[in-house]
Amino acid sequence: MGDTKGGELIRVDHVTKRFTGPAGEIEALRGADLHIAAGEFVCLIGASGCGKSTLLRIVAGFEEASEGQVIVAGRPVAGPGPDRGMVFQDYGLFPWLSVRGNIGFGPAARGLARKEVADIAERYIDIVGLRAFADAYPHQLSGGMKQRVAIARVLANDARVVLMDEPFGALDAMTRERLQDELLDLWQRTGLTVIFVTHSIEEAIFLADRVVVMSPGPGRIVSDRRVLLDRPRDVSSPAFNELRRELSAQLHSHHGKLPA
Amino acid sequence: MTHATTEARRALLAVAVPGLCLLGWWLATRGAPGLIPPPSDVAVAFWDLAFGGIYDDAFSATLLGHLLASAGRVYGAFLLAAALALPLGMLIGRLAVVRDLLDPMLQVLRPVPVTAWLPLSMIVFGLGARSAFFLVALGAFFPILVNTIFGVRSVEPRLFEAAAMLGVKRAAMFPKVVLPAALPGMFTGLRLGLGFAWVVIVVGEMTGVQTGLGAMIMDARQLSRTEIVIAGMITIGIAGFLSDKAVQLLGRRLLRWSPQHG
Repeated sequence: MGDTKGGELIRVDHVTKRFTGPAGEIEALRGADLHIAAGEFVCLIGASGCGKSTLLRIVAGFEEASEGQVIVAGRPVAGPGPDRGMVFQDYGLFPWLSVRGNIGFGPAARGLARKEVADIAERYIDIVGLRAFADAYPHQLSGGMKQRVAIARVLANDARVVLMDEPFGALDAMTRERLQDELLDLWQRTGLTVIFVTHSIEEAIFLADRVVVMSPGPGRIVSDRRVLLDRPRDVSSPAFNELRRELSAQLHSHHGKLPA
Repeated sequence: MTHATTEARRALLAVAVPGLCLLGWWLATRGAPGLIPPPSDVAVAFWDLAFGGIYDDAFSATLLGHLLASAGRVYGAFLLAAALALPLGMLIGRLAVVRDLLDPMLQVLRPVPVTAWLPLSMIVFGLGARSAFFLVALGAFFPILVNTIFGVRSVEPRLFEAAAMLGVKRAAMFPKVVLPAALPGMFTGLRLGLGFAWVVIVVGEMTGVQTGLGAMIMDARQLSRTEIVIAGMITIGIAGFLSDKAVQLLGRRLLRWSPQHG
C-alpha cells in the first residue's frame, strides 16, 4: 500500500466545493490542499462557514468535490467506505441495536462470520469501558457513552482513518475532557490517522499534531501549524497559551470584516 | 408513593368514571320500563347470552359462536390488509416512481368512509360474509399503509451515512437500515388498523350475515331485545380492548429499543 508509518496517507488536492443554495451558488471551499501522514492527528479549526465540515465530508465520501480530488492510500475517494470511519456530533447510532449490536454492525455488514463479529464487539466494548452497558440501547445512554460507542464501532471496523466532526461539541465540559484523554490514549495505542474538526482552539492544541486554520467566505485553509508540545499537554502552561494566542490571532484576522 | 399504591390509585381512577356512568344509567332507568333497560337486565341477558340457562331462547349461549365468527373475520381481513399495505407502503415510501403513480389516487380514496363503500361492496360481493370481510380489510388497510409510508420516509438521513461509512452497500440499505428504522411506524399502523377492524366489523355484519356480533346486534334490535344490543356492544368493546393489549404487548417485546414503545 506504500504507506509505511509516517508516509503520506491522505492527500487533498486543490479541492473546491460549490453548493447551489437559495441565494445562488456558494463556494463552501476553495482550492484546499492538505497532505496528512499515516498516524497523524490533525485538527481543522475555523468559524462556521469556513468549510471545515465540508472538507471532512469530502474526505469521508459523503460529498463530491466540484474540483480537485482526495486520495487516500493511493486511491481516489469515490464514496464512503469502511477504511474511513466517521464520528458525528449527533452520534448517528442505530437506535434498534444495543451497544454490542452497534459496535458489531460494521464487521457484520462486511460479512464476517458471526463468531468473529461477536469477538470483535466484545473486545471493543472493553476498550471503551462499556462492559456494564453492553446490552443497553442508545436511548438509555448518556451523551458521553453514546460517543464512546460511535468511536468503538469505527475502530471495530478496522478504519485506518477516523474522521471526527465536532464529536465532543454536544457534551458537558467534564465529559469532554475525559473523552479527549481517552481518544488520545486510543490514538497512541493504535496508530490511527485522525482528522478532527472543532471550533475550540484549546481542544485543537490539546489534541493535535497539526492545527489547520480555516476561514470563511469562501472557505479556505489559511495556515497549517505543527504543535510540538509534549503530551500530556498542560492547558495552563505558558507555551500552550502562547500558541493559543497565535492561533486566535490568525482566526480573527481573517474575519475582521464581520465583528463577531 | 410505592409502586403498588400507585397501581391501586390508577385502577381506582380508571373505574371511577364508568362506575358513575353505571350509577347514572341505573338511576335513569329505575321504575317504569322505558326504551333503555336497567343495568341489571343487561347483566342477566349477558349471562344468558354467554352461558344460557335463564331464558333458553334463540340467543341463549350463542355469544361464543358470534364472537368467534367476528374475530375470525377481523383477524383474517386484518392479515390480508397487512399483507397488502406493508409492502405497498414500503414501495411508496422508498420509490419516487411508485409514490407519484399511486399516492394521489390513494389520497383521494382514503377519505371515503368505509360505510360509503357498503352499498358498492354489497353489489360486488353480495349480501353476506364476503362483503363484511372486504369492508374490514379496507378499513384496516389505510392506517397500516399511511403509517408504513411515514415510517419508511422518516428514517434519519444520518443513519444512511453511518451505515455507508461502516461498509453497507446501497442495495443492503433497505434490510439493514430502512426496515428496522421503520418498524415503530409500521407497528403503530398495525395497531390502529386492528383497532379499526373491530370498528368496521359491526357495520360489515349488519346486513345479510347469519353469525357475528354485528348480526347478533341487528337481530336483537329487530326483536326489540335492547339488553342484548347493549351486551353485544360491551362484548365488542372488551374484545377490541384485549386485542389491542395483545398487540401492545407484542410491540413492547419487539420494540424494546424504542423510547416510544419499550
